[in-house]
Amino acid sequence: MRLNRRRFIGTGVAASATLAAPMVMGQARPRVIVVGGGAGGATAARYIAKDSQGAVDVTLVEPTRTYYTCFFSNLYIGGFRELGSIAHSYGTLASEYGVNVVHDWVVGVDRDAKTVALAGGGALPYDRLVLSPGIDFVDGAVPGWDVSAQNAMPHAYKGGSQTELLKAQIEAMPEGGTYVMVAPPNPFRCPPGPYERISMVAHKLKAENPTAKIIIADPKANFSKQGLFEEGWQKHYSGMITRIGPDFGGENVTVDPAAMTVDIDGEIVKADVCNVIPAQKAGRICEIAGITEGNWAPVDGHTMQSRVDENIHVLGDATNQGDMPKSGFSANSQAKVAATAVRAALTGSRAFPAKFSNTCWSLINAEDGVKVGATYEATDEKIVKVDGFISQTGEDADLRRATYQESLGWYSGITSDMFG
Amino acid sequence: MRLLKLITLALSLVLPVAGAWADEEAVPIGDAERGAKVFNQCKGCHQVGAGAENRIGPHLNGVFGRHAGGLDGFAYSKGMQRAASDGMEWDLRRLDAYLENPRALVSGTRMSFRGLKNPADRDDVLAYLRGFSDSPQNIPEAAPTAQHREVDLPPDVLELVGDTAYGEYLSSECKTCHQQDGSDAGIPSITHWPEEDFVVAMHAYKQKLRPHPVMQMMAGRLSDEEIAALAAYFKDPD
Ligand SMILES: Cc1cc2nc3c(=O)[nH]c(=O)nc-3n(C[C@H](O)[C@H](O)[C@H](O)COP(=O)(O)OP(=O)(O)OC[C@H]3O[C@@H](n4cnc5c(N)ncnc54)[C@H](O)[C@@H]3O)c2cc1C
Ligand code: HEC
Ligand code: HEC
Repeated sequence: MRLNRRRFIGTGVAASATLAAPMVMGQARPRVIVVGGGAGGATAARYIAKDSQGAVDVTLVEPTRTYYTCFFSNLYIGGFRELGSIAHSYGTLASEYGVNVVHDWVVGVDRDAKTVALAGGGALPYDRLVLSPGIDFVDGAVPGWDVSAQNAMPHAYKGGSQTELLKAQIEAMPEGGTYVMVAPPNPFRCPPGPYERISMVAHKLKAENPTAKIIIADPKANFSKQGLFEEGWQKHYSGMITRIGPDFGGENVTVDPAAMTVDIDGEIVKADVCNVIPAQKAGRICEIAGITEGNWAPVDGHTMQSRVDENIHVLGDATNQGDMPKSGFSANSQAKVAATAVRAALTGSRAFPAKFSNTCWSLINAEDGVKVGATYEATDEKIVKVDGFISQTGEDADLRRATYQESLGWYSGITSDMFG
Repeated sequence: MRLLKLITLALSLVLPVAGAWADEEAVPIGDAERGAKVFNQCKGCHQVGAGAENRIGPHLNGVFGRHAGGLDGFAYSKGMQRAASDGMEWDLRRLDAYLENPRALVSGTRMSFRGLKNPADRDDVLAYLRGFSDSPQNIPEAAPTAQHREVDLPPDVLELVGDTAYGEYLSSECKTCHQQDGSDAGIPSITHWPEEDFVVAMHAYKQKLRPHPVMQMMAGRLSDEEIAALAAYFKDPD
């Protein structure tokens, strides 16, 4: 069977139930398994369960009981949020929306039998599988570093304990100490994330340890919202931050977690804190399922179906979809398109044209917020950008404060959209 | 009329040979003398002219080109402050939109005034107010082409019956920011609005009359039918 590429243009076009329904006829309730309860997975589970009103049996498999958002984790490091305020649980998804929440790892996918295997034993059958496992790190991306070194040199690029650890290490820095960030190459989760982090670390150090230094070793010539960040760093943290780009060897980095040293193009730097954010790839389960090409899982933007297996939808950071940045906002947006497509396929409900959007706010200093955003649509080839905007340098304090306030509104909005 | 003279003068400097043509093109905003009478409807709250002060409403000297909510010492509403921090300035288009339907341009504005539904009344009162602005010839909208009226929504656009189910799907995109339960911390609530207000507000973003880049972008790609569908859904989303 070919990939299902039905599309409906404009309004009032009902999806034809007969195209998809035979697949599940004779079975009481079609089953959807969602793997990963983050920005993509939690949203997809909630929307499929909510909008099918019980017609679809939704199971969410997620190992952790508490999801700590990566978004706003930098604000926690900067002292603008409590850890508890970025922690979320799955209780409402279960009680209000009837999602079966299973706390376990998925360790295998049998695409022919249409089952997933759980680490705790047993297998769960599905009619449609939704994978939103986020990222894993590319082995050997930063010579000297692997995940076993993540306590000495944290990435803090998955939420929770890593974020806490990084913050504690910053607090324990000696006076005038050195914080080094090894920044990742493209593409990676949250393009402005490392630079918002630098801003928040600088904000904290300026108050607590003002003679401390921050060094960024960066393999990229340019980065997201660069003009805005550099303007802000100059304004608020003048003299604290040095970025070493590829023209000065920023891509030629090895680390020694035992000695706490970083070798940047032959120059050895002694680090008090070393935040290594390695190159990234799709969460490992995508590779195990055999749906990746290179580091990522290619998808059809009309429905977020895997290009390899039409019974699998992939969301968020793990995908290769086109122009959208890897962000929580994007994953949430993609989840709604997928949820509509999954319901249409399984229950014959109306399908609508895919629309996507993204906005990423970053905090540079107290009440100094900036944002970048765009809208997107699906083509047969990929998801393409339609329109966009970005904050401007030199904006006045009122606008920056309003932008920060907006980001607080967005955080409440997206987390209630994910978890109910 | 001072305003008309200034425009005509500017044009004839640039186009000295086209004097007659320039005269034809230099359409005044309206009849300022008649506008002085229309302004009687505003006088209960606003002063304009020598010695004008803030009353219930802010004084209106120099309002063309002024930052919305831009007078120190006047306590503007939250809605006006938001428009101000978004960078809205009073040009002809926005003044016209505000006077037609104050809340459609600035939700929650404290100007409790029904609005001037008759376009000629708005033209005239704005022509009158423009006489109290310092250098109206420097305002780009003083160009003759500024007569184009943007808020006008043809009646069939307002009468479109929204497809609620489609609206619900489209609304999922809005709910990343606007909460279903109507909370409005940081981002305003958009639930339970009268449909027409919703439609007009969305078109005001789409036509870039309302400031704010996120909403201009979100509304910019919605068709008239999609806006109607969203209005129908958000009227009663529960
Ligand atoms: C510092 C930082 C700041 C950020 N700031 C922003 C921001 O301001 N705005 C924004 O939009 N985005 C931001 N992001 C990006 C955002 O966090 C991610 O893009 C988003 O979480 C991606 O969603 P996802 O569903 O793909 O993955 P995740 O949210 O990471 O969810 C994946 C889930 O899958 C689970 N999982 C993985 N493998 C398995 C398996 N085999 N079995 C079962 N479960 C599994 C994991 O436990 C995890 O809970 C930021 C990221 C970082 C690191
Ligand atoms: C009932 C009182 C009232 C009436 C009548 C009224 N206004 Fe207002 N007006 C206000 C108030 C109050 C504000 C401030 C609004 C806010 O803060 O949201 C305002 C604001 C304005 C502004 C924006 C000024 C600024 O500084 O940003 C303009 C322009 C304006 N009014 C014009 C008019 C005109 C023209 C009329 C008559 C056609 C009129 N108003 C009638 C009360 C009134
Ligand atoms: C990225 C976040 C975001 C998304 C997504 C978003 N909005 Fe908004 N919206 C805002 C912000 C911020 C404002 C306040 C704008 C301003 O200052 O004028 C706003 C304002 C509005 C207003 C005016 C509210 C008022 O009180 O004046 C309406 C109506 C609205 N949005 C509708 C929508 C609809 C419909 C959608 C979905 C198609 C949507 N928005 C999507 C952030 C968003």
